[in-house]
Amino acid sequence: MSGFDVSVILDALPFLAKGLGLSLGLTAIAMVGGLALGLIIAIARLSRFRTLGTLAALYVNGFRAVPLILVIFWFYFLVPLLLGRPVGALYSVLIAFVMFEAAYYSEIIRAGMKSVRPGQWQAAQASGMTYLQAIRLVVLPQALRKMAPLMVTQGVVLFQDTSLVYVVSLHDFMTSASIVANTQNRIVELYVFAALVYFALCTAGSTLAQRLSSNRQRAH
Amino acid sequence: MVEMIRINGLSKSYGDVPVLKNCSLDVARGEVVVICGPSGSGKSTFVKCINGIEPAQAGRIAIDGEDLPSKPAAAARIRARIGMVFQHFELYPHLTVMENICLAQIHVLKRSREEAKAKAHGLLRRVGLTDKEAAYPSQLSGGQQQRIAIVRALAMDPVAMLFDEPTSALDPEMIGEVLAVMLELAREGMTMVVVTHEMGFAKAAADRVVFMDCGEIVEIAETARFFAEPASERARLFLSRILAH
Repeated sequence: MSGFDVSVILDALPFLAKGLGLSLGLTAIAMVGGLALGLIIAIARLSRFRTLGTLAALYVNGFRAVPLILVIFWFYFLVPLLLGRPVGALYSVLIAFVMFEAAYYSEIIRAGMKSVRPGQWQAAQASGMTYLQAIRLVVLPQALRKMAPLMVTQGVVLFQDTSLVYVVSLHDFMTSASIVANTQNRIVELYVFAALVYFALCTAGSTLAQRLSSNRQRAH
Repeated sequence: MVEMIRINGLSKSYGDVPVLKNCSLDVARGEVVVICGPSGSGKSTFVKCINGIEPAQAGRIAIDGEDLPSKPAAAARIRARIGMVFQHFELYPHLTVMENICLAQIHVLKRSREEAKAKAHGLLRRVGLTDKEAAYPSQLSGGQQQRIAIVRALAMDPVAMLFDEPTSALDPEMIGEVLAVMLELAREGMTMVVVTHEMGFAKAAADRVVFMDCGEIVEIAETARFFAEPASERARLFLSRILAH
């Protein structure tokens, strides 16, 4: 091993790009799915119906009490059992991520909804809106605006967490980089490159989050 | 007398603390009723119980001859017929003035966008705020926000209007512009229930005054009578204090 050989990285770029694609795709789907499911869970937790609230709380606390890597493992074995047929590593991982992220997003959304002043609920109700209309038209838009920075930050964490899919032999960006590193015996080059890519993308995400939160302060 | 609002035996408590004790009040069509009393007397809670946004534990409320049901979804339809104005305006901060005025018109009354906007334009002209339709609430003064909030409620063509201390959060120089709009409404024959400390408004606009203390309706009297010779000792004390300065 002599010097810092950039050509190793260049040769491996298509392979690495494929890994990065999986990481970014997984992040995107987990964010969208997690937000959608998280929204339902947040509304359930705030609902007047006790059992619904308790079930939602169980879900959230359950998922937040286990490490993501364990959830990925579980779903890899569990989903095929539940469905009665193999679904492949990718699908089981997608389901695991969406369900795991939903627990975190639901807490962000719930906090956002609770931060909306009670008077806003009352104004919406007084105008004849139903509970769900008040949520959709008045409370959620305000909550999501307030919570946008936190959601982006959660997305950054999520992106880093996609590296855990190596446990079910999927090739995300990190896994791809370490495969190249080991087969080409170029550990320094690949790990430096991987660090730079993570750094660039996550910094971009954090900057976006900061932008969003300062925009919000200016608007009020 | 045609009753627009009938409130019968309304009671409410937070845990062991009673906030409303067996309150009853009938408001006739076109009547203006002012509710006053020391702070913490339950006035705000009472007025919020009238359209059910604060649930009461006992009592019956009827609006325009129709019972206010305890089921939230069914109550929503009746609530839409009563306008409400809040102490802290409660305009929706994420929407423009125009969107604030149109939101419930479109989603509750199912009016078309054009219809809703036309309604809003007419009302904005009345309160002299046509130039603010694209503004966000945070860009307006308190007095302007409250006038918009009144317009938002009026846009629903309510049969009655409830006001919960509409001028208490305003700077003194802005109170007049809001009271002027309310006075005009009263003259036009709107049925109004107004919780306020503005005794000037009560004298000028109210048909009757309700005096509340400690969650009870202590006295209901015609306005002139109430100010000239209140029947209860508590009302006398309250008036001497509030009119002293």
